[in-house]
Amino acid sequence: MASSTIVKIMSDKITPSMGLKTLLKISNVILLPLIGMVVFLALWAAVANNLETSLGKFPGPVAVLEQVVVLVEEHQAQAEKETAFYERQELRNADRMAKDPSYEPNIRAFTGVPTFFDQIWTSLYTVGVGFFFASLIAVPLGIMCGLSKSAYASINPLIQLFKPISPLAWLPLVTMVVSAVYVSDDPFFAKSFVTSAVTVALCCLWPTLINTAVGVSSVDSDLLNVSKVLRLNTWVHIQKIILPSSIPMIFTGLRLSLGIGWMVLIAAEMLAQNPGLGKFVWDEFQNGSSQSLARIMVAVLTIGIIGFALDRLMLSLQKSVSWDKSVNLR
Amino acid sequence: MHTSHLELSQVGIDFPTANGPFTALQDVNLKINKGEFISLIGHSGCGKSTVLNIVAGLHQATHGGVLLENQEVTEPGPERAVVFQNHSLLPWLNVYKNVELAVKQSKTVRSKAEIKEWVEHNLDLVHMTHAIDKLPSEISGGMKQRVGIARALSMEPKVLLMDEPFGALDALTRAHLQDSVMEIHAELGNTVIMITHDVDEAVLLSDRIVMMTNGPAATVGEILHIDLPRPRDRIAMADNALYNKYRHQVLQFLYEKQRKVEPVNPRKSIGSSKANTEVSPAINAGVKKQA
Repeated sequence: MASSTIVKIMSDKITPSMGLKTLLKISNVILLPLIGMVVFLALWAAVANNLETSLGKFPGPVAVLEQVVVLVEEHQAQAEKETAFYERQELRNADRMAKDPSYEPNIRAFTGVPTFFDQIWTSLYTVGVGFFFASLIAVPLGIMCGLSKSAYASINPLIQLFKPISPLAWLPLVTMVVSAVYVSDDPFFAKSFVTSAVTVALCCLWPTLINTAVGVSSVDSDLLNVSKVLRLNTWVHIQKIILPSSIPMIFTGLRLSLGIGWMVLIAAEMLAQNPGLGKFVWDEFQNGSSQSLARIMVAVLTIGIIGFALDRLMLSLQKSVSWDKSVNLR
Repeated sequence: MHTSHLELSQVGIDFPTANGPFTALQDVNLKINKGEFISLIGHSGCGKSTVLNIVAGLHQATHGGVLLENQEVTEPGPERAVVFQNHSLLPWLNVYKNVELAVKQSKTVRSKAEIKEWVEHNLDLVHMTHAIDKLPSEISGGMKQRVGIARALSMEPKVLLMDEPFGALDALTRAHLQDSVMEIHAELGNTVIMITHDVDEAVLLSDRIVMMTNGPAATVGEILHIDLPRPRDRIAMADNALYNKYRHQVLQFLYEKQRKVEPVNPRKSIGSSKANTEVSPAINAGVKKQA
């Protein structure tokens, strides 16, 4: 009964032209990407099947999916171990406190090997911090360069000089400087984290800085004249005229920066053996078991998915702060 | 010595180019009384906008200077509010906030309630209170220009500078806005300098029409006093002999005395000479009939 009414309602509502339109829409949004995905998976499986390495067959989609499950299980097992460790520690401390009331319990942290998901979190956190501080420097500096020709003239040679340097070239220097300068008995951040974050920040600076400067210097001259006639002071001028005008360019810079920062972070982690996804990849490579390649493939795909998600995140942030809601941002 | 409200004295400006300085304006002298409505008319590129920008303080004169109430103009400021040709509203602020930004900058100290009242009063002058929450992209070109005028008026300027304010509008909208400007000028008695290409607009609105010669080294060619009683009605004016005489004089200046030298580019010159021949005989014929 019920199903037949639904069919009736549906057949009532779908006129031929409307049906075609919805069909086209579905095909653009779902069908075509799906076809692309399926073709890719098939090609991958076919190539992987015929690719023999010294570590066994190159992992196909199925082998990779198996490793996803294994990695999730490993994470759960580690989490159980951790809770068990803290429970034991608590029991032991309570026991000693009962025997000797003056005893002050010493809470020790769990020191298990970080799992794949721990490494994801570490990488995300690192790139976030590096990117945040780089933006905090680059956006105001970019605004300054865009507003003042003399600021631009004095900073531009430095930008041009430092922009093409691979942050990985800085890595040894950053490592040594961090170990020399960041000295503390009880560091809030691990040194490896600071090194990675600084490396990320070094490469996040430039696209944001350059795009912000270009955005600010290309504000419509009529609006600048309005600002002059109104005698807006510098702060109101930046707030009401410069920032809203240059938001699109600033975000172009920020998105480029975050993308590059994420790529560089993985490389830096591999090179410096700093915790994170890069280290996970390198460890698996050194491990050289028959599952290693599949596990590396999981990490590789994860890096891609996270990179994509980070860009979408920036895009939605841009949409929320952009004044022109009619522009189709992509 | 009698001093005028606004005085341009020996104003000249040179722009640096690759081939040495280019003199755009030379010896521009003009005295404007308080409450006067002045139109600047002349061919494109004759430096009308440059004159306005010098008065606004957006350009610095190379020679001579501008005195407003005996004080030299050195920088832009709200006492010389500008209505820009393309409205120049901030696209991210709604109508109310665009005007509010100007009100907050004015020297008069106002409380929050007074600011709101003043913004609404100025938007009411241009009949735009109905679209107070709209963004500039959501209203028509004529409405944007109305808001631009309200923004300029809200600064309580000593001189209102209008740079071809209705140039980008269709004829009907332009007529509406001209009526609004006449209404506002009658009510507030602002001193106004308006740049225009439109002979009818100049005659209808102005107390004096300042006709500029062609550049380079453009200057004031003739000044025409328009002694038509106010309020002026555009329909009645069409049959007014005096009105048509003034109109004829301006046209004569523009198309006979200061006939624009044809540019080298042949395609352009055909277009502009055609426009000239099309316009002037028809209008001359009309004038003769009246006379």
